[in-house]
Amino acid sequence: MPEATAHSIAPLGITRDRLATFVIWSAALLVTGLFLWLISDILLGGITRLSWAFLTEPPFDAGRSGGIGPIIVSTGLILLVAIAASVPPALGTAILLAEFSRRESLFGRSVRLSLDVLAGVPSIVFGLFGNAFFCIYLGLGFSILSGGLTLACMVLPILIRTAEEGLRSAPDDYRLAAAALGLSRSAALMHLLLPTAMPALIAGLMLGIGRAMAETAALIFTSGYVDRMPDSLWDSGRALSVHIYDLTMNVAGGDANARAAALVLVVLLLLVNGAAMTLADRWRNARIVTA
Amino acid sequence: MSQSLNDDLNRFDHTVDPEMDNSAYTLGPLQAGPPCCHPRPLIRVEHLSVRYGEKPALEEITLDIHRGCITALIGPSGCGKTTFLSVLNRLTDMIPGCRVAGRVRMGSTDLLHPALDVQALRREVGMIFQKPVPFPLSIRRNIELSLLEHRITKRSELDGIVEQVLTDVGLWNEVKDRLNAPAPALSGGQQQRLCIARALALEPGILLMDEPCSALDPIASGVVEDLIQRLRGRYTVIIVTHNLAQARRIANYAGFFWVKERAGTLIEFGQCRQIFESPNQDLTAAYVSGKRG
Amino acid sequence: MNWSKLNTLFPSRADQPLLWLLRLCALTAATVVLLILTFLVIESRPALRDVGIARFFGDRSWHPTEGEYNFMPMLSGTVYCSLGALLLAVPSGIAAALFSRWYAPASVAGLFRRLIELLAGIPSVVYGLWGLTTLAPLIGRLHAPGTSLLAGILILALMILPTIALTADAALAAVPQAYLRGAAALGLSRWGMISGVALPATRSGIATGILLAAARAMGETMAVLMVCGNVVQYPDSLFDPVRTLTANIALEMAYAMGDHRAALFVSGLALMLLMLAMVGAAGLLSRGRRYA
Repeated sequence: MPEATAHSIAPLGITRDRLATFVIWSAALLVTGLFLWLISDILLGGITRLSWAFLTEPPFDAGRSGGIGPIIVSTGLILLVAIAASVPPALGTAILLAEFSRRESLFGRSVRLSLDVLAGVPSIVFGLFGNAFFCIYLGLGFSILSGGLTLACMVLPILIRTAEEGLRSAPDDYRLAAAALGLSRSAALMHLLLPTAMPALIAGLMLGIGRAMAETAALIFTSGYVDRMPDSLWDSGRALSVHIYDLTMNVAGGDANARAAALVLVVLLLLVNGAAMTLADRWRNARIVTA
Repeated sequence: MSQSLNDDLNRFDHTVDPEMDNSAYTLGPLQAGPPCCHPRPLIRVEHLSVRYGEKPALEEITLDIHRGCITALIGPSGCGKTTFLSVLNRLTDMIPGCRVAGRVRMGSTDLLHPALDVQALRREVGMIFQKPVPFPLSIRRNIELSLLEHRITKRSELDGIVEQVLTDVGLWNEVKDRLNAPAPALSGGQQQRLCIARALALEPGILLMDEPCSALDPIASGVVEDLIQRLRGRYTVIIVTHNLAQARRIANYAGFFWVKERAGTLIEFGQCRQIFESPNQDLTAAYVSGKRG
Repeated sequence: MNWSKLNTLFPSRADQPLLWLLRLCALTAATVVLLILTFLVIESRPALRDVGIARFFGDRSWHPTEGEYNFMPMLSGTVYCSLGALLLAVPSGIAAALFSRWYAPASVAGLFRRLIELLAGIPSVVYGLWGLTTLAPLIGRLHAPGTSLLAGILILALMILPTIALTADAALAAVPQAYLRGAAALGLSRWGMISGVALPATRSGIATGILLAAARAMGETMAVLMVCGNVVQYPDSLFDPVRTLTANIALEMAYAMGDHRAALFVSGLALMLLMLAMVGAAGLLSRGRRYA
């Protein structure tokens, strides 16, 4: 009944409303459909090949058969180098920004600006830079070290941003109360603010790891293609994403193993992202309880 | 520095009233009413002015804080009472653009001296905030935090201090079985008493309290008020309060602040009873009788 | 009167060692940016000096082995791919955000948002794999060879859709409830409320998201490298293969020498400056609002 009255007043509005509802629902269905297609494709295409042997064996015949054992090891090493090189300066910068400079100070703004610049650099440009600086200028060659350091530069802005936000969200009351108890800023930081912000810091770290793990373009010219088990950090090592790229593009008949490797990569990323989200949620809840 | 500050402070004896059950406390009985000590100035404030940037917050405050007494600062919101407290433990340093002029001396120490060891000062001058600020750590850790940085690391010594200060604030029996529980899970009144205990653990001579009861419900507020009364004599307490009745109940001295020309000024300072019963200024009379403010 | 300005932020003596350590960290972080710019410029110099900017636009074609360095075909590939992707992704991304905020039932909305977040996290090489092995053959049935501008546009659209949907969703979430209640009180229909109140109120937020998505599309390498066919040419139709600037770098860096290598660095430098301009514009638009 009310619909009938409305109809008599504004027929045009109602028609438009119905049309919009239809368009939006169909767009959402289309998006969902496409994405389910993509995900199921990767899942179904990869799962038949997936086995313990696939995860541990070395690749044979340019990767058409065999597994991805050495590639997982190389990926892990590259990530380790990236984390080890990026976390200390990122944490230090974040602390300096959040605790020892005002949000609007010249210093804070210029550091933040350079981080925005860094975050905007396309990954292939990181590849160019890594190749020119780490591989050639520093003489590290195509190596896990070069690749890891390049990725470290790439995740720096993410790590600093999340850590700074985490520290800033610790209420100022804590800083005042700690100062009123005669604590130095260093002590307040070590015993109070860092522990409070820890879940946020770890969530940020997980995001950084996820970004680094998904990266391909920056690694092709820095850590290289060699798919042997690496002997040391100075060896070239093929990352999982580079392996997927190589199998798909350069190896005829590598599709099946590429899908299996893609499935492994996506599952690893999901685990990392899930961990990040859980931690961030827990941290948010803890703050609600505290407040 | 800490030592010389401590030398300036004499601790008072207090007699125990056998009629009262004081088993939960070690501080001694309630000393009711404001017939006070002989005025012996501990902190002398002369011509103190504070500005935030160009905005004046306090103009020309001159008063003495007396040893072992409770001094209440009353007046409407925004008249600089909290700013006054922050000057006394130099928390004003943490406010960007804050500038201070005048003289504030504790004994022979110039509290405004740029080279003063502010950490030592803040250990000597404890502060309780309006909203209880329990750190998101365990109850035990809340108290130990400030001790760890300094001298004390021995477990037994730490445990002793934790038990003593929690007993002092009447919290020991309530929390002794869950010292490792998170402090933010305590009730509001318990949190505030924990914050007081945390401040007492540093053995300060002076306690600054910024409306310690206003964020609490009436019952918790009563408990904290009793506690403040018990602190009299052992500690020099300066308390900011909006609650005139409370100021009248607990304070020996009272200072009345008012906003004049957009800056807080001290209108009148004196014995609590005199401020409430025979004020010299008309403004004070109007405020304490509830006609203004 | 004698005003003393007390040491604000008071790093006391005990804090000095820590402070120096932190300054060292920040210096390291800031140096990285300078290093990148410096090395891009140093490596580009030979080409800028020997070839000159004019020839990057004026040469007959891109034949670096024969000393011809025209970037225009690749630039057109980048522009076509990005614009096409934006054309598809912007309306559907905004529709997806509207769906999860106002049209979907609560339980579906949560799942839908999770799905979008999931897709934002899928690496570009996996999109490329899917595009090359599933999408391109389908397009190939329509018109050979399949790896084409169209495939690039479709894959890029899928990749940037989550960026647009998530930023639009966040912007819509920030519309004050009072506006919406006000609109409802006026008797507006749901679409009336969205088109009349919600979308105009979030214009700058959504524009920021679109700029970021455009930057991501232009900087994307792996997916377009895998699905676009990589022929250096101006495309005549959607089914022609194209090569983008990023794909060009990835393809030729492995063997490029001398001026050729330097020319690739020039294109990298140009890409970086272009992206900086876009990120900067996004930053201005959001005016201090944070984006992830």
